[in-house]
Amino acid sequence: MNPARRRRLIIIVALVLGGGVAAALALRAFQENLLYFYSPSQVVAGEAPRNRAFRVGGLVENGSVQRDPQTLAVSFTLTDTLQSVRVQYQGVLPDLFREGQGIVANGRIGDGGVFVAGEVLAKHDENYMPPEVAKALAAAGKPIPRSAFKQAQ
Amino acid sequence: MLERLYKYAAPHQFFALSRALTPWFGGAAAALLAVGLAGALWFAPPDYQQGESVRIIYVHVPAAWMSLFVYVVLAAAGITGLVWNVKVADALARASAPLGASFTLLALATGSLWGKPMWGTWWVWDARLTSELILLFLYLGYIALQGAIEDTRMAARAGAVLAAIGLVNIPIIHYSVEWWSTLHQGPTITRFDAPAIHASMLVPLLIMALGFKAFYAATALVRMRCELLESECNSAWVTELGSGGK
Repeated sequence: MNPARRRRLIIIVALVLGGGVAAALALRAFQENLLYFYSPSQVVAGEAPRNRAFRVGGLVENGSVQRDPQTLAVSFTLTDTLQSVRVQYQGVLPDLFREGQGIVANGRIGDGGVFVAGEVLAKHDENYMPPEVAKALAAAGKPIPRSAFKQAQ
Repeated sequence: MLERLYKYAAPHQFFALSRALTPWFGGAAAALLAVGLAGALWFAPPDYQQGESVRIIYVHVPAAWMSLFVYVVLAAAGITGLVWNVKVADALARASAPLGASFTLLALATGSLWGKPMWGTWWVWDARLTSELILLFLYLGYIALQGAIEDTRMAARAGAVLAAIGLVNIPIIHYSVEWWSTLHQGPTITRFDAPAIHASMLVPLLIMALGFKAFYAATALVRMRCELLESECNSAWVTELGSGGK
């Protein structure tokens, strides 16, 4: 390789590596801000912000959903299977909202440690299958894989 | 082998090769996309959770894959052009930018359309969506840079430097769903375990992905010929081409 090409190659490799290191440092510094939501364990451990809104993500615990028949008010428990947080919400829920579903709620901790949500989003997992397969899995007593909150646990 | 490859680094040789290859890639793209769409819209089953809405995956995922793939091609071609002075590589980088930007926009738009019914929102600023938006801005920046610098050689060099720095965003986009908690779900197919998607949905998805690849190849080849004609307009082979010779 002639010297001019070698020099250009070294410069460009240094540029890519430098960009990588700079990005890695910046992302490490902002690690906290890059998390889209806190897990119920983090909330219970007091790692979530106290005096501003934040998001909490977890699975809707089976049998925990209570709806007010007169209004749109609903309350449910979000869990990461280790800890859980009670959530209150008033409004329209996404279509995917159901027990066992991954949910991300945005709001703040209110009185009595209940999380008062202003927005509820559904987080689905990476599993896709036809309804018949899901039914067959359930009939065979095999658990349908749920890993929407694998990382959060 | 390398010598045969080397031959096609000459613009006029590549021009002829590109002419021969374009119909093959174009035909493959048309066939694959027709079969893939039929599979996606009719033969694939609805999802057990998402119902019919899942069908947007057959456009969203191939577009998102292409947005990353085309960027890597663009950066690699730009660096090759910068270090080894290969004009065909510069043409490939320049031809790829608007295509990559289109795939990125398609991935963002279809993702938004999918997010509204499933998540309950058009857009969130989580790590995956934000880094993909930054990718769109990288493409637009590259295109603007090419437009702003008159001298094509200079423009190609400046573009290559921009593309090389932007490369760092590619692993960030891919791993964002694993490194940070995001609203976007984790990887279904590009992971170490078996794909988490049923075969009846995986097959049309992969056919669509191949169709997108072939479409990119065909359009990139046509665009590269335009780029070469423009940058080589004073050379003998273009003059010969212009005067009716083949």
